[in-house]
Amino acid sequence: MSLVAQVDRATPSAFGRGRRPGELTGVASLGLGVGVLWLSLLVLLPIAAIVSTAFEDGLAGFWDAVTDPEALSAIRFTVGAALLVTVINAVVGTLIAWVLVRDDFPGKRILEVVIDIPFALPTIVAGLVLITLYGPSGPFGINLVGTRAGVVLALLFVTLPFVVRSVQPVLIDADREVEQAAASLGASGFTIFRRVILPTVTPAVVSGAALSFARALGEFGSVILISANLIGKTQVSSSYILKMIESQETVSAAAVATLLLAVAVVVLVVLDVVQRRTARRG
Amino acid sequence: MNQSAGHSGSAEAQSGIVVRGVHRSFGDFVALEDIDLEVKPGGLTALLGPSGGGKSTLLRIIAGLDYPDRGAVEIGGRDATFLPPQRRSVGFVFQHYAAFKHLTTARNVAFGLEIRKRPRAEVHDRVAELLELVHLEQFADRLPSQLSGGQRQRMALARALAVQPEVLLLDEPFGALDAKVRKELRDWLRRLHDEVHVTTLFVTHDQEEALEVADEIVVISQGRIEQVGSPAQLYDHPANEFVMSFLGPVTRLGGVLVRPHDIEVLTDERAGAVQVEVTKLLRVGYEVRAETRAQDGSTPWVQLTRAQVAELDLAEGATVWLRPLVATPFPAGSPRAPEPVPA
Repeated sequence: MSLVAQVDRATPSAFGRGRRPGELTGVASLGLGVGVLWLSLLVLLPIAAIVSTAFEDGLAGFWDAVTDPEALSAIRFTVGAALLVTVINAVVGTLIAWVLVRDDFPGKRILEVVIDIPFALPTIVAGLVLITLYGPSGPFGINLVGTRAGVVLALLFVTLPFVVRSVQPVLIDADREVEQAAASLGASGFTIFRRVILPTVTPAVVSGAALSFARALGEFGSVILISANLIGKTQVSSSYILKMIESQETVSAAAVATLLLAVAVVVLVVLDVVQRRTARRG
Repeated sequence: MNQSAGHSGSAEAQSGIVVRGVHRSFGDFVALEDIDLEVKPGGLTALLGPSGGGKSTLLRIIAGLDYPDRGAVEIGGRDATFLPPQRRSVGFVFQHYAAFKHLTTARNVAFGLEIRKRPRAEVHDRVAELLELVHLEQFADRLPSQLSGGQRQRMALARALAVQPEVLLLDEPFGALDAKVRKELRDWLRRLHDEVHVTTLFVTHDQEEALEVADEIVVISQGRIEQVGSPAQLYDHPANEFVMSFLGPVTRLGGVLVRPHDIEVLTDERAGAVQVEVTKLLRVGYEVRAETRAQDGSTPWVQLTRAQVAELDLAEGATVWLRPLVATPFPAGSPRAPEPVPA
């Protein structure tokens, strides 16, 4: 039977404005031009300068610079801490966003504002606050100065808003009826979360996580005080780079920066792949 | 339940819905006022009423998506008042489809079965069967965003039917679709129900939809049931002015409510006829609306065919007499005051 054969006409008609796909109007070309120029000046040019400085002494020079034990340990620690912070943020940030969107409780407005404080505060002030609280004379009797935990704490503080703020609008827009539909089909709360909500918020979680990873990788101000900059233990890459620049070793500084850049690119690509996978898996 | 495909033939014991004294208010607003309702098993019943009248709230309470302040809901003879939606054996179709946007059509339909951990082969076969039933076989691998509204709603229907619910609830299922698709889907739902005899209850504010599709109509307004009956019963024997004016066009002639197509136009004075002056003749498609003014200042209008107008030689400014063809089925000034319904 073809009861509804005539209902099927989903194919939208082509845009038909007498332009072939891929062709740009004058305004669009101008916009593209400005965009490319802007990106080139602000992003591509500095990156190119850093990469070229890094390889000034050839591949061997680059290799020597990044395999220097002090450099290597700073890079390892920085990347490791950034990854850890990213994972924690992805989970806790999503949870906080959920609470802010779905629950009603006194003080919700205040919490909304508090979330953004790490954005508003100069990072060095954040660092100062952290050593006051978790330093040798802190009120809790916990001394995290010069410990890796202290560095991770500082990174968590400055990257807190990223995931929260990227997931929140997605949750606000999420259609509650989709969850109700899943419930009436027999899905438990956990199944609804895993199969309906998670696929919806994953892209936002990933983009927030990517931002917080990038931020953690390059963070300087909030970390520098609590880390005490202990070489081989709590020294982060950014502080190592500063040290190299101060001692006129620009190639080493650029080499470490280039490596960090490469790590960032790899992580961002991996996150993108993860996101596409989850979104499809459902 | 052992209904094999959702097709006719495998007759099973069908479940009705019983609603007893259900009351629901949101703050000061009373959405449902002690509703008693019995939905017959295997039927196609419409909950008809104006927006905000409580019909969607009632449907959501039956589905377990909302709970009554007091009263009880029974599905298939079992008390379901406080069962979570997961355990009610209810299929629910939302006005805005509520599609799982990240899943293909086939995976959407398979959702309920996958949750029940049915064998993969069984899921595959059942999904194929349902997609055929809703005529979406060739769209199995599309995402909801690649489907038209009508197709999405059919997908949602297949998804709800996949788990073989005892009752199927549809909340303004065609409300978001354009007029033409709406009409097509209406016919299609009617025929689908003839194939799959699942007890179906759908909410609509469109009286034409209810009259065309349903076996039985429940008219709800301001949280109360106004009348329950077959489409013909409701149209011909409305219980009050509200039902009469909600189900179709009405006009007031000589103080009584009457359908504008149940008025006789006379060119001379006779017993029971009201003298009026034709103020305007309006052509609307196949019909002609004659707007008139009576001496008491009232403005009854009459629905005529072009042939009738030609025969009567009707013209604007002419004086004619109007007489109702059928008696008003309820005593004048019956309880509920009619709300103005646009003709």
